[in-house]
Amino acid sequence: MSGALAHQIGFIIASYAVTVFVVATLIGWVVLDHSAQRRLLGDLEEQGFSRRSQRNQG
Amino acid sequence: MAVIDLANPTRFLSLVQRVLPWLWGAALIVFIIGLMQTFNAPDDYQQGATVKIMYIHVPAAWLGMMGWSVMSVAALGTLVWRHPLADVAGKAAAPIGAAFTFICLITGALWGRPTWGTYWVWDARLTSMLVLLLLYLGVIALYWTAEDPGRGSRAAAVLTLVGAINLPIIKFSVDWWNTLHQPASIMRTGGTAIAPSILYPLLVMALGFTLLFFALHFAAMRNEILRRRVRTMRLIQAQTLAEARA
Repeated sequence: MSGALAHQIGFIIASYAVTVFVVATLIGWVVLDHSAQRRLLGDLEEQGFSRRSQRNQG
Repeated sequence: MAVIDLANPTRFLSLVQRVLPWLWGAALIVFIIGLMQTFNAPDDYQQGATVKIMYIHVPAAWLGMMGWSVMSVAALGTLVWRHPLADVAGKAAAPIGAAFTFICLITGALWGRPTWGTYWVWDARLTSMLVLLLLYLGVIALYWTAEDPGRGSRAAAVLTLVGAINLPIIKFSVDWWNTLHQPASIMRTGGTAIAPSILYPLLVMALGFTLLFFALHFAAMRNEILRRRVRTMRLIQAQTLAEARA
């Protein structure tokens, strides 16, 4: 590996690593948030609460 | 089904359920193709291998700006038509747009050091992108800290429309001012200045990032609709408990 490439490779790897980290964080956020909201909705429905539109449908 | 019918949150949720797996899959496939092309693309004759950073930096910059454009359209929907799904779209797009703007700034700094000799200069392009990130953070703060969600949404929508002034400033900053950042080389009068061997992988990566953006946006919108349902049901729960005690 030439000296110039060795100097550049660290910047390239750092750029891709930051991008992967940020994108993985975004994906993790939407996945975890979805399961948290589903769980909260499920708990409320189990307690017998429902939205007005749900009651009208039922 | 008319397009306007999709503006109903329940119909939107059922659409998202059908579309989202395809969006994730398409984004993954396009990314794999794009990354293979990226690492087979030739080095730049001046910048050497650091041109590989362009394949993530440029799409991230486009999506940072596209995120604000999506929010601006949603802000109009919130302020003019007061449509709840428009508000949901604006709130969901903000963290995603901020994340891509952050990627753009960090990868730009990491590209700048070996090519310009510095991580940062206060030139018009870099500064206007930093302003975009700060505007994103301001809108996120308004959405998530307002005690009354309705008032927070309207304030965020107004800030979004005011902040849209920054979009043409970012785009034309390299023409209006003397900047260290290079002028436009893809979308410019007279055609692209990039060789096809570098341009095509860039366009494939841009498509992959765009699919990822919409997959994330749809997923975040679905979560926001569910969050609002939880809030409504909690209000009903509190009201029911108060009535039972009275």
